[in-house]
Amino acid sequence: MAINLKARVMGLNGNAAVAYAMKQINPDVVAAYPITPQTDCVERFAEYVSEGLVKTEFVTVESEHSAMSACIGAAAAGGRVMTATAANGLALMWEVLYIAASMRLPIVMMVTNRALSGNINIHCDHSDTMGARDSGWIQLFSENAQEAYDNIIQAVKIAEDLNVRLPVMVTQDGFIISHAVERVEVLDDEVVQNFVGPYKPVYPLLDLSHPVTYGPLDLFDYYFEHKRSQIEAIDNSFPVIKKVAEEFEKISGRSYGFLESYKLDDAEYAVIALGSTCGTAKEAVNALREKGKKVGLLKIRCFRPFPKAEIIKALAPLKGVAVLDRSVSFGGFGGPVFTEVRSALYDAPSHPLIINFFYGLGGRDIYPEDIIKALEKIENVVQKGKVEEHIGYLGLRE
Amino acid sequence: MPSLKELAKRKEMLTPGHRLCAGCGAPIAVRLILMAADKPVVAANATGCLEVSTSIFPYTAWDIPWIHNAFENVAATISGVESMYRAKKRKGEITEDIYFVAFGGDGGTYDIGLQSLSGALERGHRFLYVCYNNEAYMNTGIQRSSATPLGAWTTTSPEGEAQPGKLQWRKNLTEIVVAHGIPYVAQSAPWNWRDLTSKAEKAFHTDGPSFINVLASCNRGWRHLPSDTMKIMQLASDCCIWPMYEVENGKYRLTYKPKEKKPVEEWLKAQGRFKHLFTPENRHLIEEIQAYVDKEWELLLKRCEA
Ligand SMILES: Cc1ncc(C[n+]2csc(CCOP(=O)(O)OP(=O)(O)O)c2C)c(N)n1
Ligand code: SF4
Ligand SMILES: [Mg+2]
Repeated sequence: MAINLKARVMGLNGNAAVAYAMKQINPDVVAAYPITPQTDCVERFAEYVSEGLVKTEFVTVESEHSAMSACIGAAAAGGRVMTATAANGLALMWEVLYIAASMRLPIVMMVTNRALSGNINIHCDHSDTMGARDSGWIQLFSENAQEAYDNIIQAVKIAEDLNVRLPVMVTQDGFIISHAVERVEVLDDEVVQNFVGPYKPVYPLLDLSHPVTYGPLDLFDYYFEHKRSQIEAIDNSFPVIKKVAEEFEKISGRSYGFLESYKLDDAEYAVIALGSTCGTAKEAVNALREKGKKVGLLKIRCFRPFPKAEIIKALAPLKGVAVLDRSVSFGGFGGPVFTEVRSALYDAPSHPLIINFFYGLGGRDIYPEDIIKALEKIENVVQKGKVEEHIGYLGLRE
Repeated sequence: MPSLKELAKRKEMLTPGHRLCAGCGAPIAVRLILMAADKPVVAANATGCLEVSTSIFPYTAWDIPWIHNAFENVAATISGVESMYRAKKRKGEITEDIYFVAFGGDGGTYDIGLQSLSGALERGHRFLYVCYNNEAYMNTGIQRSSATPLGAWTTTSPEGEAQPGKLQWRKNLTEIVVAHGIPYVAQSAPWNWRDLTSKAEKAFHTDGPSFINVLASCNRGWRHLPSDTMKIMQLASDCCIWPMYEVENGKYRLTYKPKEKKPVEEWLKAQGRFKHLFTPENRHLIEEIQAYVDKEWELLLKRCEA
């Protein structure tokens, strides 16, 4: 494999890794607003601006709503645009997230996952990102700082692909990843620049000889068709996400899929998780494997678009699956990951029994023992032959 | 300032065929302002009557690059466009000079978009913000805004047994913008084409943020004949309800002084939205409005003399 021999190793936390990637990408415009635990990323980027290490116009807006609004204006104008946010900031952007996607603007945003208020909390869960799952953005989750770095660089290329042209959200778990210094292999600036390539504007607002109208009034006679084409666009991103990962592997030696299977080949039971919990889950799987249990992990990297076919392929052969959700869909039948996975399995040739656990809300730690409990529970359910209770909790005092 | 004849030869950027009501003040204001641009313009529009009536897909009345994002964020949106322009210009990818203009209604400016406007002004983007002010949320069916004058009927400040229309004075947005210390701020109305176009020209030539609060009658909401639009707006200036002035680098200048200051009653009488003020129980409000307008006018005159 052609591994980039020039790769350098740095000690970076997740925020710094993303800021470093942003520096290397050197976008035309960054409009951002600080919020814990993302702030550190924006501060570092501001330093790059101040030191003249990037050519970016850095727009220090007065709110996240304006951050995304300015990103929309800038991207429509016809250039590369990035931002970052978390939790309430993402929630404040909610209205305009949809507008960014429906205008087919390839904005790349890092989301440092943090619990949504109330009560106010600054620590990790996925309620922010899951609230944006229907907004038309592609969503990539990261397990660690390295993945956050790698995902951000890939995101630019995915977003800007002419068959896609959609915004991409790359997430990393607040504090757990964003503030923990890890070993991160960074690519050379030039390698990153060559990988993302020059920006290709599509219908730029600044093209005076071809005036375009962005964001018209779109009623019952056309709106539906426009939404249909947006569905097409996000479906088109499947092969692009794959292709970009393959190209990325060539420059980095690191491979990425929609999912990552860990010890699933001969497994009978598995947990499904997103983000940093997957690292913890690998420990739990290893511990149970040592005891001779046939268990594994399915990590979801790409939550939007939802890789249904790959999920079926990975899970159908299993006897039981425990889905871990770090956010709640109040009043729903389980968390967002559970609902989606369970629905995908409806068409599967065989059905594992499937249960759901809520965990880690507001930054509550999750330990390997919790995940062992989840795996033991699903084994137990399978032995009984039926699911009596679909929903459970990990790490909750009751 | 070019002559009217020369201005009339300039390209129409907002073209005929849009679906704003007959007699609407908004397109008159917009066309006069855009006529004053001697360089290419890129425009952004907040949600509102002007936006919905000029961009009904698959048609557009805009013969210039134009973007509508949402209701409260036109200033942030144009900031983004202008920032991209600066980035591209710095890299030599664009060489032309371009003017950037944002259009927002009074609702999109005085109320829900005030934060976005304030942020963009403070950041110092080079753009003109135009508030086309019809003194209510017209697009959603004539609801009160903080630009709606005291006593006016709207659908959320209806006159009834207990209330005589809107209970509050309007907000003085122009002064709020002046307080941002930006290089050019003006108040105008399209009944006086020369006043509006010369202010627009100054604004376009300003190296930094500029702002024009332009009165733009809505005959549907104000309740007058569509053919009376210009007359009504002139009355606003002649009654000193809508003074025409500018603040250039902090220096106030009155740009129109009525020959004879007319009583506010004339302006109120001309519009159905104030009809109920002429009942015996409400008449005292007319005096209060007169006193308020007099006080504001005197204050403005003092600022202009200073
Ligand atoms: C966030 C949000 N809230 C409310 C609306 C509904 N809305 C659309 S236009 C409008 C009023 C516009 O009033 P104004 O800015 O004065 O413009 P006008 O229609 O009077 O020209 C409202 C309330 C919206 N589109 N978005
Ligand atoms: S309702 Fe009023 S503001 Fe809206 S288009 Fe008609 S006249 Fe103009
Ligand atoms: Mg209005």
